[in-house]
Amino acid sequence: MAQLKINMANLPSRRPFGRRRKVCPFSGANAPPLDYKDVKLLQRYVSEKGKIVPARITAVSAKKQRLLGQAIKRARQLALLPYVVK
Amino acid sequence: MAFYEHVVVTRPDISPQQVDALVEDITKIVTERKGKVSKTEYWGLRNLAYPIKKSRKAHYSLLNIDAPGDAIHELERRHRINEDVLRFLTVKVDKLSEEPSPVIARKDRDDRKRRDDDGGFGGGFGGGGGFGGGRDRGDRPPRDFGDRPPRGPRPDRGDR
Repeated sequence: MAQLKINMANLPSRRPFGRRRKVCPFSGANAPPLDYKDVKLLQRYVSEKGKIVPARITAVSAKKQRLLGQAIKRARQLALLPYVVK
Repeated sequence: MAFYEHVVVTRPDISPQQVDALVEDITKIVTERKGKVSKTEYWGLRNLAYPIKKSRKAHYSLLNIDAPGDAIHELERRHRINEDVLRFLTVKVDKLSEEPSPVIARKDRDDRKRRDDDGGFGGGFGGGGGFGGGRDRGDRPPRDFGDRPPRGPRPDRGDR
């Protein structure tokens, strides 16, 4: 398994640019808790039109993305975040 | 008994004293039903993200409640009747935090130094659609994909 991984990384066609995989910003030791009250934090995961940004762009893990979505939706109910920005 | 976070959004044209009175009422309802309110916060008159009942601002209050469910039930029933309450949200939590909530903490920090926020994701990709846009069917406007930021690199899915 490990052998294979090294081989894959060495293949030039595999990764033409040395782009590193981002890690989930809500996992790990001192990750911020997902809280619907933390508007400044949630705002970073909302597009300019107010949509929730997909996890494939923000690299949030699937589990945390579900919690993030819930937090954003709660914040919207309280008018802390907009449903839509026109 | 269970722990709840309770946020009440009230009309902007009532005074902070009236908000305090409302919070007091809530506390009374809770304590009458053998619950207790461990923390209350007043976030002040905040701008709403969208207008609610023609108001653009509102008073926000947060209460940390440790009470049985019927107290919450009664509380929410009264909120629905009370015209001063625009919105409320009760969330059941595993643990109540004793620290000030991010809203308050942020406000304190902002008073000291004005930090500007990085725009975050969703950089202006503006005006994606609009190619061809209806040769035969003139009715439908071109769809706007402008909101969606560039997909960026596919995440490395490891070896399969």
